[in-house]
Amino acid sequence: MTSLGTQQFLDFAFIAAVALFILALRWLSSPVTARRGVLAGEIGAALAVGATLLNPELVQYRWIVIALIIGAGVGIPLGMVHMTAVPQRTALSHAFGALSAAMIGIAEYYVGVPHVTRFEMGEISLEVIIGSLTFTGSLIAAGKLQEVLPQRPITYPGQNFVSLSALSAALLIAIALTVNPNQTILFPIMVGVALIFGVLLVTPIGGADMPTVISLLNSYAGFSAALLGFVLNSKVLIVAGALDGSSGFILSVIMCKAMNRSFTNVMFGAFGQVQASAAATTEARTVRSASPEEAAAILAAASAVVIVPGYGMAVAQAQHKVRELYDVLTKKGVDVKFGIHPVAGRMPGHMNVLLAEADIPYDRLLEMDDINSELPQTDVALIIGANDVTNPAARTDPSSPIYGMPILDVDKARTVMVIKRSMSPGFAGIDNPLYYLDKTLMLFGDAKAFVGDIVRELSGGSH
Amino acid sequence: MPADFISNLYLFILAGFVGFEVIKRVSPLLHTPLMSLTNALDAIVVVAAIIIAGRHETVLSTTLGAIAVAASFSNMVGGFFITDRMLRMFKTGRPQK
Repeated sequence: MTSLGTQQFLDFAFIAAVALFILALRWLSSPVTARRGVLAGEIGAALAVGATLLNPELVQYRWIVIALIIGAGVGIPLGMVHMTAVPQRTALSHAFGALSAAMIGIAEYYVGVPHVTRFEMGEISLEVIIGSLTFTGSLIAAGKLQEVLPQRPITYPGQNFVSLSALSAALLIAIALTVNPNQTILFPIMVGVALIFGVLLVTPIGGADMPTVISLLNSYAGFSAALLGFVLNSKVLIVAGALDGSSGFILSVIMCKAMNRSFTNVMFGAFGQVQASAAATTEARTVRSASPEEAAAILAAASAVVIVPGYGMAVAQAQHKVRELYDVLTKKGVDVKFGIHPVAGRMPGHMNVLLAEADIPYDRLLEMDDINSELPQTDVALIIGANDVTNPAARTDPSSPIYGMPILDVDKARTVMVIKRSMSPGFAGIDNPLYYLDKTLMLFGDAKAFVGDIVRELSGGSH
Repeated sequence: MPADFISNLYLFILAGFVGFEVIKRVSPLLHTPLMSLTNALDAIVVVAAIIIAGRHETVLSTTLGAIAVAASFSNMVGGFFITDRMLRMFKTGRPQK
Protein backbone atom coordinates (compact mmCIF):
# COMPACT_ATOMS: atom_id res chain seq x y z
CA MET A 1 0.00 0.00 0.00
CA THR A 2 2.73 2.44 0.95
CA SER A 3 4.82 1.56 -2.09
CA LEU A 4 1.79 2.09 -4.31
CA GLY A 5 1.32 5.53 -2.74
CA THR A 6 4.99 6.34 -3.37
CA GLN A 7 4.72 5.20 -6.96
CA GLN A 8 1.74 7.49 -7.54
CA PHE A 9 3.55 10.37 -5.94
CA LEU A 10 6.51 9.76 -8.27
CA ASP A 11 4.21 9.63 -11.29
CA PHE A 12 2.50 12.90 -10.40
CA ALA A 13 5.82 14.61 -9.76
CA PHE A 14 6.99 13.54 -13.23
CA ILE A 15 3.76 14.64 -14.89
CA ALA A 16 4.08 18.06 -13.22
CA ALA A 17 7.72 18.22 -14.40
CA VAL A 18 6.70 17.50 -17.98
CA ALA A 19 4.05 20.23 -17.92
CA LEU A 20 6.54 22.71 -16.46
CA PHE A 21 9.12 21.81 -19.14
CA ILE A 22 6.65 22.60 -21.90
CA LEU A 23 5.71 25.88 -20.20
CA ALA A 24 9.41 26.70 -19.86
CA LEU A 25 9.87 26.49 -23.62
CA ARG A 26 6.59 28.28 -24.24
CA TRP A 27 7.72 31.25 -22.14
CA LEU A 28 11.03 31.38 -23.97
CA SER A 29 9.18 32.76 -26.99
CA SER A 30 9.75 36.32 -25.78
CA PRO A 31 12.58 37.96 -23.83
CA VAL A 32 9.93 39.44 -21.52
CA THR A 33 8.72 36.08 -20.19
CA ALA A 34 11.87 34.03 -20.81
CA ARG A 35 13.25 34.17 -17.27
CA ARG A 36 9.95 32.86 -15.95
CA GLY A 37 10.53 29.93 -18.31
CA VAL A 38 13.86 29.15 -16.68
CA LEU A 39 12.19 29.18 -13.27
CA ALA A 40 9.48 26.79 -14.50
CA GLY A 41 12.17 24.46 -15.83
CA GLU A 42 14.06 24.61 -12.56
CA ILE A 43 10.97 23.79 -10.50
CA GLY A 44 10.13 20.91 -12.84
CA ALA A 45 13.65 19.50 -12.64
CA ALA A 46 13.79 19.90 -8.85
CA LEU A 47 10.44 18.09 -8.48
CA ALA A 48 11.57 15.21 -10.66
CA VAL A 49 14.96 14.85 -8.97
CA GLY A 50 13.47 15.23 -5.47
CA ALA A 51 10.82 12.60 -6.15
CA THR A 52 13.42 10.23 -7.60
CA LEU A 53 15.56 10.50 -4.47
CA LEU A 54 12.54 9.19 -2.51
CA ASN A 55 12.21 6.15 -4.78
CA PRO A 56 12.16 3.00 -2.59
CA GLU A 57 14.28 1.15 -5.19
CA LEU A 58 17.30 3.12 -4.01
CA VAL A 59 19.30 1.16 -1.49
CA GLN A 60 22.53 3.11 -1.38
CA TYR A 61 22.91 6.86 -1.53
CA ARG A 62 26.65 7.27 -1.12
CA TRP A 63 27.59 7.29 -4.81
CA ILE A 64 24.56 9.33 -5.75
CA VAL A 65 25.52 12.08 -3.33
CA ILE A 66 29.18 12.04 -4.38
CA ALA A 67 28.20 12.17 -8.07
CA LEU A 68 25.71 15.01 -7.46
CA ILE A 69 28.42 17.02 -5.70
CA ILE A 70 30.89 16.41 -8.54
CA GLY A 71 28.19 17.30 -11.07
CA ALA A 72 27.42 20.57 -9.33
CA GLY A 73 31.15 21.25 -8.98
CA VAL A 74 31.62 20.90 -12.74
CA GLY A 75 28.31 22.46 -13.74
CA ILE A 76 28.54 25.72 -11.81
CA PRO A 77 31.88 26.86 -13.33
CA LEU A 78 30.57 25.80 -16.75
CA GLY A 79 27.57 28.02 -16.14
CA MET A 80 29.84 30.97 -15.39
CA VAL A 81 31.92 31.01 -18.58
CA HIS A 82 32.32 34.20 -20.58
CA MET A 83 29.76 34.72 -23.35
CA THR A 84 32.40 34.28 -26.09
CA ALA A 85 32.95 30.73 -24.74
CA VAL A 86 29.27 29.78 -24.90
CA PRO A 87 29.58 27.76 -28.14
CA GLN A 88 32.24 25.44 -26.72
CA ARG A 89 30.36 25.18 -23.41
CA THR A 90 27.27 24.17 -25.34
CA ALA A 91 29.17 21.54 -27.33
CA LEU A 92 30.62 20.20 -24.08
CA SER A 93 27.16 20.00 -22.52
CA HIS A 94 25.92 17.99 -25.51
CA ALA A 95 28.86 15.66 -24.85
CA PHE A 96 27.90 15.30 -21.18
CA GLY A 97 24.25 14.67 -22.00
CA ALA A 98 25.14 12.02 -24.55
CA LEU A 99 27.72 10.45 -22.21
CA SER A 100 25.10 10.16 -19.52
CA ALA A 101 22.57 8.53 -21.87
CA ALA A 102 25.18 6.12 -23.23
CA MET A 103 26.40 5.13 -19.73
CA ILE A 104 22.86 4.32 -18.58
CA GLY A 105 22.20 2.26 -21.72
CA ILE A 106 25.45 0.33 -21.19
CA ALA A 107 24.59 -0.29 -17.52
CA GLU A 108 21.11 -1.52 -18.51
CA TYR A 109 22.66 -4.05 -20.88
CA TYR A 110 25.10 -5.49 -18.38
CA VAL A 111 22.53 -5.60 -15.58
CA GLY A 112 19.93 -7.23 -17.82
CA VAL A 113 22.06 -9.78 -19.68
CA PRO A 114 21.36 -12.73 -20.10
CA HIS A 115 17.68 -11.80 -19.77
CA VAL A 116 17.67 -9.02 -22.35
CA THR A 117 15.02 -9.63 -25.00
CA ARG A 118 15.72 -9.03 -28.70
CA PHE A 119 13.41 -6.04 -28.72
CA GLU A 120 15.15 -4.46 -25.72
CA MET A 121 18.51 -5.22 -27.30
CA GLY A 122 17.52 -3.36 -30.46
CA GLU A 123 16.50 -0.32 -28.43
CA ILE A 124 19.61 -0.40 -26.24
CA SER A 125 21.95 -0.79 -29.24
CA LEU A 126 20.45 2.14 -31.10
CA GLU A 127 20.46 4.29 -27.98
CA VAL A 128 24.05 3.46 -27.09
CA ILE A 129 25.28 4.03 -30.67
CA ILE A 130 23.66 7.47 -30.89
CA GLY A 131 24.79 8.40 -27.38
CA SER A 132 28.38 7.30 -28.01
CA LEU A 133 28.83 9.01 -31.38
CA THR A 134 27.26 12.19 -30.02
CA PHE A 135 29.65 12.08 -27.05
CA THR A 136 32.86 11.97 -29.11
CA GLY A 137 31.45 14.13 -31.90
CA SER A 138 30.55 16.85 -29.40
CA LEU A 139 33.96 16.62 -27.74
CA ILE A 140 35.63 17.19 -31.13
CA ALA A 141 33.28 20.12 -31.81
CA ALA A 142 34.11 21.61 -28.41
CA GLY A 143 37.83 21.13 -29.11
CA LYS A 144 37.54 22.94 -32.43
CA LEU A 145 35.57 25.79 -30.88
CA GLN A 146 38.06 26.13 -28.04
CA GLU A 147 40.79 26.02 -30.73
CA VAL A 148 42.50 23.10 -29.05
CA LEU A 149 41.93 21.40 -32.41
CA PRO A 150 42.34 23.14 -35.77
CA GLN A 151 39.17 24.85 -37.00
CA ARG A 152 39.97 24.20 -40.65
CA PRO A 153 38.32 21.09 -42.03
CA ILE A 154 40.67 18.10 -41.70
CA THR A 155 40.24 15.91 -44.74
CA TYR A 156 41.96 12.96 -46.38
CA PRO A 157 41.14 10.87 -49.46
CA GLY A 158 38.44 8.26 -48.95
CA GLN A 159 37.21 9.98 -45.81
CA ASN A 160 33.53 9.51 -46.44
CA PHE A 161 34.12 5.85 -47.23
CA VAL A 162 35.97 5.30 -43.95
CA SER A 163 33.32 7.17 -41.93
CA LEU A 164 30.40 5.36 -43.50
CA SER A 165 32.17 2.01 -43.04
CA ALA A 166 32.50 2.72 -39.33
CA LEU A 167 28.81 3.57 -39.07
CA SER A 168 27.85 0.46 -41.04
CA ALA A 169 30.08 -1.69 -38.81
CA ALA A 170 28.41 -0.33 -35.67
CA LEU A 171 24.95 -0.96 -37.13
CA LEU A 172 25.87 -4.49 -38.27
CA ILE A 173 27.13 -5.35 -34.79
CA ALA A 174 23.88 -3.92 -33.39
CA ILE A 175 21.91 -6.24 -35.68
CA ALA A 176 24.04 -9.23 -34.65
CA LEU A 177 23.43 -8.38 -30.99
CA THR A 178 19.71 -8.02 -31.60
CA VAL A 179 19.63 -11.50 -33.13
CA ASN A 180 21.46 -12.88 -30.11
CA PRO A 181 21.72 -10.44 -27.18
CA ASN A 182 24.02 -12.76 -25.21
CA GLN A 183 27.09 -12.14 -27.37
CA THR A 184 28.62 -9.98 -24.66
CA ILE A 185 31.97 -9.61 -26.49
CA LEU A 186 30.27 -7.74 -29.32
CA PHE A 187 28.78 -5.05 -27.10
CA PRO A 188 31.99 -3.17 -26.18
CA ILE A 189 33.15 -3.42 -29.81
CA MET A 190 29.93 -1.75 -30.92
CA VAL A 191 30.42 1.04 -28.37
CA GLY A 192 34.04 1.51 -29.47
CA VAL A 193 33.16 1.71 -33.17
CA ALA A 194 30.38 4.21 -32.43
CA LEU A 195 32.82 6.35 -30.43
CA ILE A 196 35.27 6.32 -33.36
CA PHE A 197 32.49 7.19 -35.80
CA GLY A 198 31.67 10.30 -33.75
CA VAL A 199 35.27 11.49 -34.14
CA LEU A 200 35.29 10.75 -37.88
CA LEU A 201 31.96 12.53 -38.33
CA VAL A 202 32.96 15.91 -36.89
CA THR A 203 36.72 16.11 -37.62
CA PRO A 204 36.27 17.06 -41.31
CA ILE A 205 33.81 19.86 -40.55
CA GLY A 206 35.09 23.46 -40.59
CA GLY A 207 34.48 26.18 -38.02
CA ALA A 208 32.06 28.10 -40.23
CA ASP A 209 29.71 25.09 -40.27
CA MET A 210 29.67 24.84 -36.49
CA PRO A 211 26.20 26.43 -36.04
CA THR A 212 24.68 23.52 -37.99
CA VAL A 213 26.85 20.85 -36.39
CA ILE A 214 26.17 22.04 -32.87
CA SER A 215 22.42 22.05 -33.62
CA LEU A 216 22.58 18.54 -35.07
CA LEU A 217 24.51 17.28 -32.05
CA ASN A 218 21.88 18.97 -29.87
CA SER A 219 19.24 17.01 -31.71
CA TYR A 220 21.14 13.69 -31.39
CA ALA A 221 21.67 14.25 -27.66
CA GLY A 222 17.93 14.84 -27.25
CA PHE A 223 16.90 11.82 -29.27
CA SER A 224 19.36 9.58 -27.41
CA ALA A 225 17.65 10.65 -24.16
CA ALA A 226 14.24 9.90 -25.68
CA LEU A 227 15.45 6.46 -26.83
CA LEU A 228 16.71 5.86 -23.31
CA GLY A 229 13.17 6.66 -22.17
CA PHE A 230 11.95 3.81 -24.39
CA VAL A 231 14.59 1.45 -22.96
CA LEU A 232 13.70 2.30 -19.36
CA ASN A 233 9.99 2.86 -20.02
CA SER A 234 10.40 6.35 -18.53
CA LYS A 235 7.86 8.82 -19.87
CA VAL A 236 9.57 11.91 -18.50
CA LEU A 237 12.72 11.02 -20.47
CA ILE A 238 10.71 10.45 -23.64
CA VAL A 239 9.07 13.86 -23.39
CA ALA A 240 12.21 15.79 -22.38
CA GLY A 241 14.25 13.99 -25.05
CA ALA A 242 11.62 14.64 -27.72
CA LEU A 243 11.51 18.36 -26.80
CA ASP A 244 15.31 18.67 -26.90
CA GLY A 245 15.58 16.57 -30.05
CA SER A 246 12.98 18.56 -31.93
CA SER A 247 14.53 21.83 -30.78
CA GLY A 248 17.94 20.79 -32.12
CA PHE A 249 16.32 19.57 -35.31
CA ILE A 250 14.46 22.85 -35.92
CA LEU A 251 17.65 24.82 -35.31
CA SER A 252 19.58 22.56 -37.72
CA VAL A 253 16.98 23.16 -40.40
CA ILE A 254 17.13 26.94 -39.84
CA MET A 255 20.94 26.90 -40.01
CA CYS A 256 20.97 24.80 -43.17
CA LYS A 257 18.45 27.09 -44.85
CA ALA A 258 20.51 30.13 -43.83
CA MET A 259 23.48 28.60 -45.65
CA ASN A 260 21.44 27.19 -48.53
CA ARG A 261 22.92 23.77 -47.89
CA SER A 262 21.60 20.32 -47.06
CA PHE A 263 22.46 18.18 -44.02
CA THR A 264 24.43 15.76 -46.17
CA ASN A 265 26.37 18.64 -47.68
CA VAL A 266 27.35 19.94 -44.24
CA MET A 267 28.25 16.51 -42.88
CA PHE A 268 30.05 15.16 -45.92
CA GLY A 269 30.88 18.21 -48.01
CA ALA A 270 34.01 19.47 -46.16
CA PHE A 271 33.60 23.06 -47.30
CA GLY A 272 36.60 25.28 -47.03
CA GLN A 273 39.25 24.69 -49.64
CA VAL A 274 40.54 28.00 -50.99
CA GLN A 275 39.17 28.73 -54.44
CA ALA A 276 41.99 28.84 -56.99
CA SER A 277 39.96 30.94 -59.43
CA ALA A 278 39.01 33.47 -56.77
CA ALA A 279 42.63 33.94 -55.74
CA ALA A 280 43.65 34.63 -59.33
CA THR A 281 41.24 37.51 -59.87
CA THR A 282 42.06 39.35 -56.64
CA GLU A 283 45.26 41.03 -57.77
CA ALA A 284 43.66 42.77 -60.74
CA ARG A 285 41.18 44.73 -58.63
CA THR A 286 41.80 47.59 -56.29
CA VAL A 287 40.20 48.46 -53.01
CA ARG A 288 39.76 51.79 -51.26
CA SER A 289 40.80 51.99 -47.67
CA ALA A 290 40.12 54.63 -45.02
CA SER A 291 41.53 55.75 -41.69
CA PRO A 292 39.62 55.85 -38.38
CA GLU A 293 39.30 59.65 -38.79
CA GLU A 294 37.66 59.32 -42.20
CA ALA A 295 35.41 56.50 -41.00
CA ALA A 296 34.35 58.58 -37.99
CA ALA A 297 33.52 61.55 -40.20
CA ILE A 298 31.34 59.42 -42.49
CA LEU A 299 29.54 57.83 -39.53
CA ALA A 300 28.95 61.21 -37.87
CA ALA A 301 27.36 62.54 -41.06
CA ALA A 302 25.02 59.56 -41.43
CA SER A 303 21.45 59.44 -40.17
CA ALA A 304 20.98 55.67 -40.33
CA VAL A 305 23.73 53.13 -39.65
CA VAL A 306 23.48 49.33 -39.68
CA ILE A 307 26.23 47.36 -37.97
CA VAL A 308 26.74 43.78 -39.15
CA PRO A 309 28.72 41.72 -36.62
CA GLY A 310 30.29 38.33 -37.31
CA TYR A 311 32.58 35.80 -35.75
CA GLY A 312 35.52 38.21 -36.14
CA MET A 313 33.89 40.54 -33.61
CA ALA A 314 33.74 37.69 -31.11
CA VAL A 315 37.36 36.70 -31.75
CA ALA A 316 38.57 40.28 -31.30
CA GLN A 317 36.34 40.67 -28.18
CA ALA A 318 35.17 43.90 -29.76
CA GLN A 319 31.54 43.83 -28.54
CA HIS A 320 32.13 46.33 -25.72
CA LYS A 321 33.85 48.80 -28.05
CA VAL A 322 30.93 48.31 -30.45
CA ARG A 323 28.60 49.26 -27.63
CA GLU A 324 30.61 52.48 -27.08
CA LEU A 325 30.29 53.21 -30.78
CA TYR A 326 26.54 52.58 -30.53
CA ASP A 327 26.32 54.98 -27.57
CA VAL A 328 28.30 57.81 -29.13
CA LEU A 329 26.44 57.59 -32.45
CA THR A 330 23.05 57.36 -30.74
CA LYS A 331 23.95 60.44 -28.70
CA LYS A 332 24.63 62.28 -31.96
CA GLY A 333 21.14 61.38 -33.14
CA VAL A 334 22.23 58.63 -35.54
CA ASP A 335 19.82 55.71 -35.79
CA VAL A 336 21.93 52.59 -35.17
CA LYS A 337 20.64 49.08 -35.74
CA PHE A 338 22.32 45.69 -35.91
CA GLY A 339 21.78 43.18 -38.70
CA ILE A 340 22.15 39.61 -37.46
CA HIS A 341 22.52 36.77 -39.93
CA PRO A 342 21.26 33.41 -38.60
CA VAL A 343 24.68 31.76 -39.04
CA ALA A 344 26.81 34.67 -37.86
CA GLY A 345 29.13 33.33 -35.18
CA ARG A 346 29.65 29.78 -34.08
CA MET A 347 26.19 28.77 -32.84
CA PRO A 348 22.58 29.84 -33.34
CA GLY A 349 21.95 33.20 -31.69
CA HIS A 350 25.63 33.71 -30.79
CA MET A 351 25.80 37.38 -31.88
CA ASN A 352 22.63 38.31 -29.98
CA VAL A 353 24.04 36.98 -26.73
CA LEU A 354 27.36 38.80 -27.21
CA LEU A 355 25.66 42.11 -27.99
CA ALA A 356 23.17 41.69 -25.14
CA GLU A 357 26.12 41.08 -22.83
CA ALA A 358 27.56 44.39 -23.99
CA ASP A 359 24.25 46.02 -22.93
CA ILE A 360 22.93 46.77 -26.38
CA PRO A 361 19.10 46.79 -26.17
CA TYR A 362 17.68 43.74 -27.92
CA ASP A 363 15.12 45.77 -29.85
CA ARG A 364 18.10 47.13 -31.86
CA LEU A 365 19.05 43.60 -33.00
CA LEU A 366 17.23 42.82 -36.22
CA GLU A 367 16.89 39.55 -38.09
CA MET A 368 18.01 39.19 -41.68
CA ASP A 369 14.65 39.77 -43.38
CA ASP A 370 13.85 42.84 -41.29
CA ILE A 371 17.22 44.47 -41.80
CA ASN A 372 17.27 43.72 -45.52
CA SER A 373 14.17 45.82 -46.03
CA GLU A 374 15.93 48.72 -44.27
CA LEU A 375 19.36 48.50 -45.90
CA PRO A 376 18.41 50.41 -49.10
CA GLN A 377 17.56 53.43 -46.91
CA THR A 378 20.70 53.06 -44.83
CA ASP A 379 23.57 55.54 -45.11
CA VAL A 380 26.34 53.35 -43.77
CA ALA A 381 26.60 49.58 -43.34
CA LEU A 382 29.50 48.83 -41.01
CA ILE A 383 30.68 45.22 -41.16
CA ILE A 384 32.70 43.97 -38.21
CA GLY A 385 34.23 40.55 -38.59
CA ALA A 386 31.59 39.13 -40.93
CA ASN A 387 32.40 38.00 -44.45
CA ASP A 388 30.45 35.30 -46.30
CA VAL A 389 27.08 36.43 -44.92
CA THR A 390 27.57 39.77 -46.72
CA ASN A 391 28.94 38.39 -50.00
CA PRO A 392 26.82 39.65 -52.93
CA ALA A 393 28.19 36.79 -55.07
CA ALA A 394 25.59 34.66 -53.26
CA ARG A 395 22.94 36.62 -55.18
CA THR A 396 24.68 37.20 -58.48
CA ASP A 397 27.36 34.63 -59.27
CA PRO A 398 26.03 31.12 -60.00
CA SER A 399 29.61 29.77 -59.98
CA SER A 400 30.20 30.86 -56.39
CA PRO A 401 30.16 28.06 -53.80
CA ILE A 402 27.77 30.11 -51.70
CA TYR A 403 25.42 30.98 -54.59
CA GLY A 404 21.82 30.95 -53.37
CA MET A 405 22.69 31.50 -49.71
CA PRO A 406 20.49 34.22 -48.19
CA ILE A 407 22.72 37.17 -47.28
CA LEU A 408 22.49 40.58 -45.67
CA ASP A 409 22.20 43.00 -48.59
CA VAL A 410 24.78 45.45 -47.25
CA ASP A 411 25.79 46.40 -50.81
CA LYS A 412 22.43 48.23 -51.05
CA ALA A 413 23.46 50.74 -48.38
CA ARG A 414 24.88 54.06 -49.62
CA THR A 415 28.31 53.44 -48.12
CA VAL A 416 29.79 50.16 -46.97
CA MET A 417 32.63 50.00 -44.45
CA VAL A 418 34.36 46.74 -43.66
CA ILE A 419 36.67 46.29 -40.69
CA LYS A 420 39.05 43.49 -41.60
CA ARG A 421 42.60 42.50 -40.70
CA SER A 422 43.77 42.08 -44.28
CA MET A 423 42.52 41.16 -47.74
CA SER A 424 42.98 37.43 -47.11
CA PRO A 425 39.86 35.44 -48.01
CA GLY A 426 37.51 34.56 -45.16
CA PHE A 427 37.06 31.31 -43.41
CA ALA A 428 35.49 29.47 -46.29
CA GLY A 429 38.19 30.87 -48.61
CA ILE A 430 35.66 32.57 -50.88
CA ASP A 431 36.53 35.93 -52.42
CA ASN A 432 34.07 38.71 -51.61
CA PRO A 433 33.30 41.13 -54.48
CA LEU A 434 31.79 43.51 -51.94
CA TYR A 435 35.29 44.71 -51.10
CA TYR A 436 35.93 46.00 -54.63
CA LEU A 437 32.78 48.10 -54.97
CA ASP A 438 33.22 51.87 -55.41
CA LYS A 439 31.02 52.50 -52.36
CA THR A 440 33.10 50.24 -50.16
CA LEU A 441 35.79 51.45 -47.78
CA MET A 442 38.10 48.90 -46.21
CA LEU A 443 39.12 49.65 -42.65
CA PHE A 444 42.22 47.54 -42.10
CA GLY A 445 43.05 46.60 -38.53
CA ASP A 446 42.01 44.75 -35.44
CA ALA A 447 38.25 45.13 -34.89
CA LYS A 448 38.53 46.15 -31.24
CA ALA A 449 41.33 48.67 -31.81
CA PHE A 450 39.73 50.14 -34.93
CA VAL A 451 36.31 50.61 -33.36
CA GLY A 452 38.05 52.11 -30.33
CA ASP A 453 39.83 54.63 -32.60
CA ILE A 454 36.56 55.59 -34.30
CA VAL A 455 34.90 56.08 -30.90
CA ARG A 456 37.78 58.30 -29.71
CA GLU A 457 37.55 60.34 -32.89
CA LEU A 458 33.76 60.74 -32.56
CA SER A 459 33.76 61.70 -28.88
CA GLY A 460 36.73 64.07 -29.33
CA GLY A 461 35.14 65.81 -32.30
CA SER A 462 31.79 66.55 -30.66
CA HIS A 463 31.32 70.30 -30.04
CA MET B 1 6.65 -5.98 -29.03
CA PRO B 2 5.88 -4.84 -25.47
CA ALA B 3 2.57 -3.05 -24.93
CA ASP B 4 4.39 -0.13 -23.27
CA PHE B 5 6.28 0.50 -26.48
CA ILE B 6 3.15 1.55 -28.34
CA SER B 7 1.98 3.99 -25.67
CA ASN B 8 5.53 5.35 -25.41
CA LEU B 9 5.60 5.84 -29.16
CA TYR B 10 2.35 7.82 -28.98
CA LEU B 11 3.87 9.96 -26.26
CA PHE B 12 7.07 10.51 -28.26
CA ILE B 13 5.18 11.57 -31.38
CA LEU B 14 2.92 13.94 -29.44
CA ALA B 15 5.83 15.44 -27.48
CA GLY B 16 7.78 15.88 -30.72
CA PHE B 17 4.91 17.86 -32.27
CA VAL B 18 4.39 19.93 -29.12
CA GLY B 19 8.12 20.67 -29.14
CA PHE B 20 7.99 21.66 -32.79
CA GLU B 21 5.03 24.02 -32.28
CA VAL B 22 6.44 25.62 -29.14
CA ILE B 23 10.02 25.97 -30.33
CA LYS B 24 9.28 27.42 -33.74
CA ARG B 25 7.77 30.39 -31.89
CA VAL B 26 11.03 31.12 -30.07
CA SER B 27 12.58 34.28 -31.46
CA PRO B 28 15.97 33.83 -33.22
CA LEU B 29 17.16 36.43 -30.73
CA LEU B 30 17.00 33.72 -28.06
CA HIS B 31 18.35 30.72 -29.97
CA THR B 32 21.46 30.44 -27.78
CA PRO B 33 19.47 30.45 -24.50
CA LEU B 34 17.02 28.03 -26.15
CA MET B 35 19.83 25.58 -26.71
CA SER B 36 21.16 25.85 -23.17
CA LEU B 37 17.66 25.58 -21.68
CA THR B 38 16.69 22.48 -23.67
CA ASN B 39 20.05 21.06 -22.68
CA ALA B 40 19.21 21.62 -19.01
CA LEU B 41 15.77 20.04 -19.47
CA ASP B 42 17.32 17.09 -21.28
CA ALA B 43 19.55 16.59 -18.24
CA ILE B 44 16.46 15.06 -16.62
CA VAL B 45 18.17 11.76 -17.56
CA VAL B 46 19.74 12.31 -14.15
CA VAL B 47 16.63 10.66 -12.66
CA ALA B 48 17.41 7.44 -14.54
CA ALA B 49 21.07 7.71 -13.58
CA ILE B 50 20.16 8.10 -9.89
CA ILE B 51 18.14 4.87 -10.02
CA ILE B 52 21.00 2.96 -11.69
CA ALA B 53 23.58 4.29 -9.23
CA GLY B 54 21.37 3.78 -6.16
CA ARG B 55 20.00 0.30 -6.91
CA HIS B 56 23.53 -0.93 -6.32
CA GLU B 57 23.27 -4.07 -8.46
CA THR B 58 26.83 -4.52 -9.67
CA VAL B 59 30.01 -2.51 -9.26
CA LEU B 60 29.92 -1.76 -12.99
CA SER B 61 26.33 -0.50 -13.01
CA THR B 62 26.91 1.66 -9.92
CA THR B 63 30.06 3.15 -11.50
CA LEU B 64 28.38 3.86 -14.84
CA GLY B 65 25.35 5.23 -13.02
CA ALA B 66 27.48 7.54 -10.89
CA ILE B 67 29.32 8.88 -13.97
CA ALA B 68 25.93 9.47 -15.59
CA VAL B 69 24.63 11.26 -12.49
CA ALA B 70 27.66 13.59 -12.44
CA ALA B 71 27.54 14.29 -16.20
CA SER B 72 23.81 15.00 -16.36
CA PHE B 73 23.61 16.90 -13.09
CA SER B 74 26.41 19.21 -14.26
CA ASN B 75 24.30 19.90 -17.36
CA MET B 76 21.23 20.55 -15.28
CA VAL B 77 22.92 22.96 -12.86
CA GLY B 78 25.13 24.65 -15.47
CA GLY B 79 22.38 24.77 -18.10
CA PHE B 80 19.81 26.56 -15.94
CA PHE B 81 22.46 28.82 -14.49
CA ILE B 82 23.89 30.04 -17.80
CA THR B 83 20.45 30.35 -19.41
CA ASP B 84 19.31 32.68 -16.65
CA ARG B 85 22.58 34.63 -16.86
CA MET B 86 22.09 35.14 -20.58
CA LEU B 87 18.46 36.12 -20.28
CA ARG B 88 19.26 38.71 -17.62
CA MET B 89 21.47 40.42 -20.22
CA PHE B 90 18.63 40.88 -22.69
CA LYS B 91 17.37 44.35 -21.89
CA THR B 92 15.09 46.54 -23.84
CA GLY B 93 15.73 50.23 -23.73
CA ARG B 94 14.98 53.34 -25.58
CA PRO B 95 18.22 54.82 -26.87
CA GLN B 96 19.39 57.69 -24.66
CA LYS B 97 18.82 61.07 -26.24
